[in-house]
Amino acid sequence: MKETALTRVHRELGAKMAEFAGCNMPIQYEGINAEHETVRRSVGVFDVSHMGEIIIKGPEALSLIQKITTNDAAKLTDGKVQYSCLTNDYGGIVDDLLVYRLDIDTYMLVVNASNIEKDFTWIKLKNTVNAEIENISDKISLLAVQGPMALATLQKLTKVNLLEIPYYNFQINTLAGISNVIISNTGYTGAGGFELYFSSVDAPVLWNHIFDAGKQFGIRPIGLGARDTLRLEMGYCLYGNDIDDTTSPLEAGLGWITKFDKEFTAHQILREQKSGGLSRRLVGFEMLDRSIPRHDYKIYSENGVHIGKVTSGTQSPTLKKAVGLGYIDSDFATENTTVFVSIRNKMCPARICRLPFIRTQIS
Amino acid sequence: MYYPTHLLYTKDHEWIKLDGEFAFIGISDFAQKELGDIVFLDIPSLNTVVENEAVFGTVEAVKTVSDLFMPLAGKVIEVNTLLEKSPELVNKDPYGSWIIKVQVNLPIDTTHLLSAEQYTNLVQ
Repeated sequence: MKETALTRVHRELGAKMAEFAGCNMPIQYEGINAEHETVRRSVGVFDVSHMGEIIIKGPEALSLIQKITTNDAAKLTDGKVQYSCLTNDYGGIVDDLLVYRLDIDTYMLVVNASNIEKDFTWIKLKNTVNAEIENISDKISLLAVQGPMALATLQKLTKVNLLEIPYYNFQINTLAGISNVIISNTGYTGAGGFELYFSSVDAPVLWNHIFDAGKQFGIRPIGLGARDTLRLEMGYCLYGNDIDDTTSPLEAGLGWITKFDKEFTAHQILREQKSGGLSRRLVGFEMLDRSIPRHDYKIYSENGVHIGKVTSGTQSPTLKKAVGLGYIDSDFATENTTVFVSIRNKMCPARICRLPFIRTQIS
Repeated sequence: MYYPTHLLYTKDHEWIKLDGEFAFIGISDFAQKELGDIVFLDIPSLNTVVENEAVFGTVEAVKTVSDLFMPLAGKVIEVNTLLEKSPELVNKDPYGSWIIKVQVNLPIDTTHLLSAEQYTNLVQ
């Protein structure tokens, strides 16, 4: 099993560890609900170094990225980040990713840990324009410092005015004495904060500096368990649960990052899907009783017709209610429709609701 | 972790406190820790007779769901209503938080149940 540069630190902190995408990762430290609340109220740090970074370089870098991703990367300027999808030949999603423009000829793609090899192989296959492609995942660590006190924490460690980095923008600068840190105003929690990419050799030192700086705010380490409840409250998709090779970006509600004024893999299939109407959609729903929906539970209409399935579900620590995401027949995908989730052979009522489930400064 | 010696245990991580013809059943410290934050206890077996080792309910944690098994045959006569509002009590005080009260037939056969020492050996 792979480890991050901080696996030893997590063990010493008493984290419950488990394999995720081939990597030994902290699932929780003190408990999911407490960690979740720390991020919503103050500041927490996630080691998400298992995620992948792929560099695409050269004069043809942009044309390759335009060809393989759904969003319009030509809109990027230096220091900007974009959420996007890699589509397969059938209009399914190979991966969802972030595209960083480092300079005019250099881009960094940040991909899901479980898809690093798949994406790398796919991108090389589609690289008919001879761009340079390098997988630097093993050399790069990624810490997500998230929560309303994340900015105040990190501001102590850098001369960069963090207020001047807008959402989905980044700067490369010195932080905690470590040079060339990518300081990115992004995240997967809806709580605000930054993601830091840097050389893995610096990981233990940077970790300690961040915890010293955040001490006055009660900074805590946060595991992948709370990462999931935080992202689900925001309605953010998780690859492998809510989106995969068989779901299209349009069905997944990612039409906003699917731009038809350019050509990309399977754009014609998706265009037809859009004009012909979608047969199913990813929706958010909240349970009207106490039961908790889980991945793959079936969804039924009021008349008992099987209309879809749950892709993610949890008890929302903020709302103290069970919420979920799932694909259902478009006919039922309107707000306030009552549907039923089959949980232990019982039909449990749920209400389709608007995403995100909670309102934050990000949404 | 802590396993009081006045209780009996199962390999499925329930604890049993015998009191005459009644048994109180909960889950062990090990079980609550493995499950993480508990958010809901679903006990559809109230007022029914449940066989030994059959499922009497389900415990839902944030990330996982797990069945609860009867350690003894008997009738589920009460569900701890405190846990309806505050299921997290099972995490905070697993032995103070009984989940069901069962009426059993006397004499009770406990040969299949584990002592605190036997259970400790199982989970260590």
